[in-house]
Amino acid sequence: MNYWPLLGIAIVVVGFALRFNPLLVVVGAAVATGVLAGLDPLAVIEALGKAFNDNRYISVTWIILPVIGLLERYGLQQRARAVIEGMRGATMGKLLVAYLAFRQITSALGMKDIGGHPQAVRPLVAPMAEAAAMKTHGELSGDERDKVKAMAAATDNVGLFFGEDIFFAIASILLIQGVFESAGYRLTPLQLSIWAIPTAICAFLIHGARILAFDRRLGSVSR
Amino acid sequence: MITYEWLYGLAGAAFTIWSLLSLHDRRWGNAGFWALLAASFLIGSHVSDLVNGLLVLAMVAIAGLGGLKRSDPPTTGAEERQRLSARLGNRLFLPALIVPLTAVAGTLLYNYTPLGQTGLFEARRETLILFGVGVVVALGVAMLWLRPPLLAPAQEGRRLLDSIGWAAILPQMLAALGAVFALAGVGEIIGGLASAVIPQGSVFLTVLVFALGMALFTMIMGNAFAAYPVMAAAIGIPLLVQQYGGRPAAIGAVGMLAGFCGTLMTPMAANFNIVPAALLELKDQNGVIRQQIGTALALWVCNVAIIYVGAFLLWN
Repeated sequence: MNYWPLLGIAIVVVGFALRFNPLLVVVGAAVATGVLAGLDPLAVIEALGKAFNDNRYISVTWIILPVIGLLERYGLQQRARAVIEGMRGATMGKLLVAYLAFRQITSALGMKDIGGHPQAVRPLVAPMAEAAAMKTHGELSGDERDKVKAMAAATDNVGLFFGEDIFFAIASILLIQGVFESAGYRLTPLQLSIWAIPTAICAFLIHGARILAFDRRLGSVSR
Repeated sequence: MITYEWLYGLAGAAFTIWSLLSLHDRRWGNAGFWALLAASFLIGSHVSDLVNGLLVLAMVAIAGLGGLKRSDPPTTGAEERQRLSARLGNRLFLPALIVPLTAVAGTLLYNYTPLGQTGLFEARRETLILFGVGVVVALGVAMLWLRPPLLAPAQEGRRLLDSIGWAAILPQMLAALGAVFALAGVGEIIGGLASAVIPQGSVFLTVLVFALGMALFTMIMGNAFAAYPVMAAAIGIPLLVQQYGGRPAAIGAVGMLAGFCGTLMTPMAANFNIVPAALLELKDQNGVIRQQIGTALALWVCNVAIIYVGAFLLWN
């Protein structure tokens, strides 16, 4: 057995870990793998070209950008902020659980860019969470305030990661489709995205429970 | 019959416009990159594999040499957006909702009513084609409602596209890498190695190794997308699907989500974990990761269970 083609996998791992341009890493890994498997370099470039061409549907999803960009021009981001600001008044736990749900649902509907750290967490969610925590628990130490802000950022990530795959026209779902199709299994995007739902529910329950437990713990420390 | 070629024509037209606008803006690298991608969409089906391969190499060369830059097309200012947003209200969300609603409702109608027998769409391609239809409808509705300048959607789209840059084709490139792995027989090699290590017939252990590999490779590379073709070629497809006959959709989808659990735990995923710590001025650069580990580990266990139950116990 010729084990040399595995070097391609090593190139991907090392190249990404060392922060080389990922496109260069991928092409390097593809060429190395093909050549080490005994293919002619020209044949590898042909194979890469054919595979890239066969997987064009993955990049079709960008045609949505004019719609999102146009809505942003008319204040979509500002509208999202108004919705988030409407969650004010609750405790820190309830606020972050509501934001988690908002982030998961909007991502699942294909609007993954209306949250995010620069747009929503820093200007809105983190300060609101901090204010809500102080309203319930009184003055917080610097460490506790950092933890509240970090939890706000964590909530944004969890909501995005475990909401976006429910939307079928997203790169990760189409990448899965492409990889399986190359191996001879034809799956549809909806077949795949439906399998993101159980994990999305678990993510909401687990992270939601952790947020509420964190809010209670803050209270017990300060009292 | 409506096929993916129609969708590729639409995407090709969009990238052509973006390339021309970049050219007008004297951003040569961007213009070249998007023109090559447009060419791939428009003529990819009619040229040889070698030409397609050279298109790929040219795009990678532009990206590798740092030829892609952000752009700042004319748009509305912060105050104006605030005012518009207050006037238009939550209706602003509606055009964005048209897209998933068209695609999902259309797919259901097409598959569960006699509509499907018309053969209007290429088999199993209807959802993404309907996504394209949804985008066109949403854009039309938004244009009629908001009456922006004619070039506004193209310019606003370019603003977003250039902020994504070369990363826009990374998933497609990784899928192509998966295909090269398959051609080179990487799956068989690792499948052989792994079945020597993992006790023969132990489906659960194999699921565990697959999910663990996704999370660990994602943590090392900082990117679940990059880990995916590797783990799919190594364990997901040769062992779980082929040898043990698991349900491909569940293994494929939830495997990726096991990788996302890894993303929550690694400083290598700087955009999600390190950048926000800086934005929020946390003393501990790993503060966000610390708040995520509990969720990530518990959720990873759930993903293992979901794959095992969904792909094996509830299948066949």
